[in-house]
Amino acid sequence: MNQWLTTTLIFLPIGGALAIWLTPMQRLWAGVTALLVSVVEIGFWIVSLVRFDFGEAGSLQLEQQTSWLSDLHVSYHVGLYGFSLWLVGLTAVAMAAAIAYGFWAGRERPRAYFGLMLLLTGAVVGVFSAQDLLVFYVFWEAMLIPLYVLVGIWGGAGRAIATLKFVIYTMVGSLLMLASIIAIGISQGTFDLLEGGPSSSTLVFLGFAAAFAVKAPLFPLHGWLPEAYRESPPEVAAVLSGVVSKTAAYGFLRIAIGKFPEPVQDLRVPILVLAACGLVYGSLIAFRAPDMRGVIAYSSLAQMGLITLGLFATNLAGLNGAVLQMVNHGLLSVTLFLLAGVVENRAGSGEFARLGGMARGRPALATVLMTTGVIALAVPGSTAFAGEFLILVGVFATGWIWAVIGAGAILLAAMYMLRLISAVLHRDPGPAARAGGQDLRPAELAVLVPLVACLLALSAWPAAISDRSFGEGDFPALRDILR
Amino acid sequence: MIGEVVTPSVDWFALGPVLALLAASAVALLAAVLVPPRLRKAFSAAVCAAGFTGSFVAAAFLYAYSEEGGGAVADAIVRDRFGALAQLIVVGSGLLAVGISYSQRTRDDHVGEYYALLAAAGGGMAFLVTANNLMTLFLSLEWFSICLYILCALEVDRVASLEAGLKYLIIGGFGSAFLLFGSALVYGSTGELGFADIASAVAAGGLSDDVLLLVGLAMLISGLAFKASAAPFHMWTPDAYEGAPTPVTAFMSAATKTVALVLTLRVLVTAFPQEEELWTVALAVIACASLAIGNLAALTQRSLKRLLAYSSISHAGFMLIAIAANNGLGGRALLYYLIPYSAMSLGSFAVVAARERELGQPVTLDNLAGLGWERPVLGVAMWTFMLGFAGLPPTGGFFGKFYVFAAAYDRGWTWLIIVGLAATAVSLYYYLGVIRALYVRPTERLELVPAGGSPPRERLLTAAVVGALTVTVGSFFAVQPLIDLARDAATALPL
Repeated sequence: MNQWLTTTLIFLPIGGALAIWLTPMQRLWAGVTALLVSVVEIGFWIVSLVRFDFGEAGSLQLEQQTSWLSDLHVSYHVGLYGFSLWLVGLTAVAMAAAIAYGFWAGRERPRAYFGLMLLLTGAVVGVFSAQDLLVFYVFWEAMLIPLYVLVGIWGGAGRAIATLKFVIYTMVGSLLMLASIIAIGISQGTFDLLEGGPSSSTLVFLGFAAAFAVKAPLFPLHGWLPEAYRESPPEVAAVLSGVVSKTAAYGFLRIAIGKFPEPVQDLRVPILVLAACGLVYGSLIAFRAPDMRGVIAYSSLAQMGLITLGLFATNLAGLNGAVLQMVNHGLLSVTLFLLAGVVENRAGSGEFARLGGMARGRPALATVLMTTGVIALAVPGSTAFAGEFLILVGVFATGWIWAVIGAGAILLAAMYMLRLISAVLHRDPGPAARAGGQDLRPAELAVLVPLVACLLALSAWPAAISDRSFGEGDFPALRDILR
Repeated sequence: MIGEVVTPSVDWFALGPVLALLAASAVALLAAVLVPPRLRKAFSAAVCAAGFTGSFVAAAFLYAYSEEGGGAVADAIVRDRFGALAQLIVVGSGLLAVGISYSQRTRDDHVGEYYALLAAAGGGMAFLVTANNLMTLFLSLEWFSICLYILCALEVDRVASLEAGLKYLIIGGFGSAFLLFGSALVYGSTGELGFADIASAVAAGGLSDDVLLLVGLAMLISGLAFKASAAPFHMWTPDAYEGAPTPVTAFMSAATKTVALVLTLRVLVTAFPQEEELWTVALAVIACASLAIGNLAALTQRSLKRLLAYSSISHAGFMLIAIAANNGLGGRALLYYLIPYSAMSLGSFAVVAARERELGQPVTLDNLAGLGWERPVLGVAMWTFMLGFAGLPPTGGFFGKFYVFAAAYDRGWTWLIIVGLAATAVSLYYYLGVIRALYVRPTERLELVPAGGSPPRERLLTAAVVGALTVTVGSFFAVQPLIDLARDAATALPL
């Protein structure tokens, strides 16, 4: 049973998608099925949480391997490490929330829509659990197609250019990764991540790094980000920034750091510089952004920079902090994007110039946004604070200057989050806020409250993740780091 | 005794796939006269389909019982798994093409001849892939080419069709002339016609620097590149593909390319192993040119058939990379690539044919709008074919490109991989453009008036599309069995 658990996590949503497409369902039932599948997915994740041995979180568990293309030594090989398990959990929760939001918001052509959301879920879980480079690539590409269609069909007015930029950016990165995969697989004689040893080729490393840096995105490669996040439907933007960007961070961790110890040492400083640039740049732009989504989008860029700082500190504190922060930021940005959607629904716009004073008469909205915002600005005691603190500790060991930049950027985070909160909730009521629109409806609360509850639970016990991502085990990078 | 003719022993079994199609062609031709007009269309299509099916079965048996490759019929042809697998691909394409052709509304009065020519072309192709000397090569090449010239020009009441036929005839004739002249030069230099004999004559006579031989080789490669529509010998492709009746285009794009590329690999590795240094580089250059020209020209196309024509040029480039790699991986890559490629090619032209019949006018990216929502099966299929052309999982196109790049890497030609990847990135733009056209339509002009009432729902065409879709997706999941087939086939060649 244990060996089938990971496969179930991947293919349950994909099977759900096929079921929705192939059976002639009514529009209501398509949504109900999708919601049901995504909740069952969370259930299976809890089962795997129970069966997972956290004492050896650093070794591969719930593993399954079947021969696929033996000619080139490619096999369907999946399994989970401690940190992958948390990211799968993030995916399950975030996708369930996004699907629920889409269900209540009501989307045109529901069968196509919900099928694609489920397909995306399966693909992301696949990325987090693939232990073979080719399987990893297949799932990586499989994420792109649903995203392309979800933004391209259900997106806003500027969706054509947004999808085009998104696809061209990510595909160029992916193709470079494909070249690297071929190079490493043919020269090592296997595409398996565990069988093949570390590689010292800088060029091959750069191919992988390019793909991850585009998807994350890291600083100079973020050109697709603002439009994609603005033109997507809110729940798709939530998934893009909350979950899909984490696949890139995961790629940095599992493949770039896990397989290329030498190039990581050589190129650490340039990567840290880019991460720090993204962190500062993203925070500054977020502070000046004219609308809710702009703030969240650029804060996402900043947070990915921070996570990359933690990862490329390559010590235990940094890695633990990065994993915790991946989950934190995932939950936070999903919540914030859904809130942005809720506000846009009521006010018809997310522009700060038209908002303001939304708190009056809307206590639930004010409470949820306030709580999320305060956690996002990393107030001490919040889980984001724990994550950022660990990252700073980790990166301090690499060089004090990085910690200084990181701490400065956290200050900026407080500024842009407070600006967002006050611009939406407080200040004088803007034209849109006066126009009407009620408080959060029960359905919306049912989506948002569990997300906030997750954040509060993590705030109470961040060590649940930070102490249970890398235990004793055979994850190659970790051995070297601890030695 | 005078007049005694020495006849070679004929391996009828090895000729089975060809004979089945020739028989079908003859029956279909007779049907054009003998069967009453009412039944003619159904009868001749059924005969043609039966011919392709019989040929497919024969080729499958041929594959199974030809583990040891060897010459047959006085060494005019070769009986091996390489040829048999190529026959399977070609004949399978032919079968799907019959399904696509069935409801084509033109030339109902000459429908028997249409299917006769289709079967005959298939027979010529099945013969070509087993060619073992330059004479057989030229003979069978002309055999199927002449059938295709006529098929292209079949819709005589449409100027574009006539133009396509004429262009194809003239430029194809040009290509054939190249091939023939090249063969003559090679024969003049070595005194041999058989592929293996040429190689041994070159080795024995120390002819590898012989100018006559090298010019002959260059002309042979050019002639074959004409047929494979690789740049810079591709000029006829967009016009012929656009003008020809769409089912014929579908068949040409899949089958002609298959035989031309398979034959290129066979000729080069069996007849010219000593010139390996030269032709691998030459093919790599042709591949780069095809990738560049095909992809860049496709970017600006509005007509879907022209777009697919340029895309087929770029795919010739990808497959030429596999041939240029000249290693075991390359042989496997070529044969495997052809399976999903043929399916995707046929399938996408079938969708074009369906839309064309619905609208009664040439299909462009603009009037494709909304097809995905109106006819979900065709829409999803077209979407999958485009992803497959772009080399994205879960389609066989992904593993095809993957193997091609792996072969190039194995040879140490990383630069060729870079070119291929750049071409793939460019190609995404127009393949995704087709998907966008399918699903995203400007709401102001929703209703296109279908020609002649409600859109025809052809079961056979849909079946062909679903068949192509199954192969496209199936070849992704069942990659190992297909690679095994391709490997066993490629071992027949000295790779």
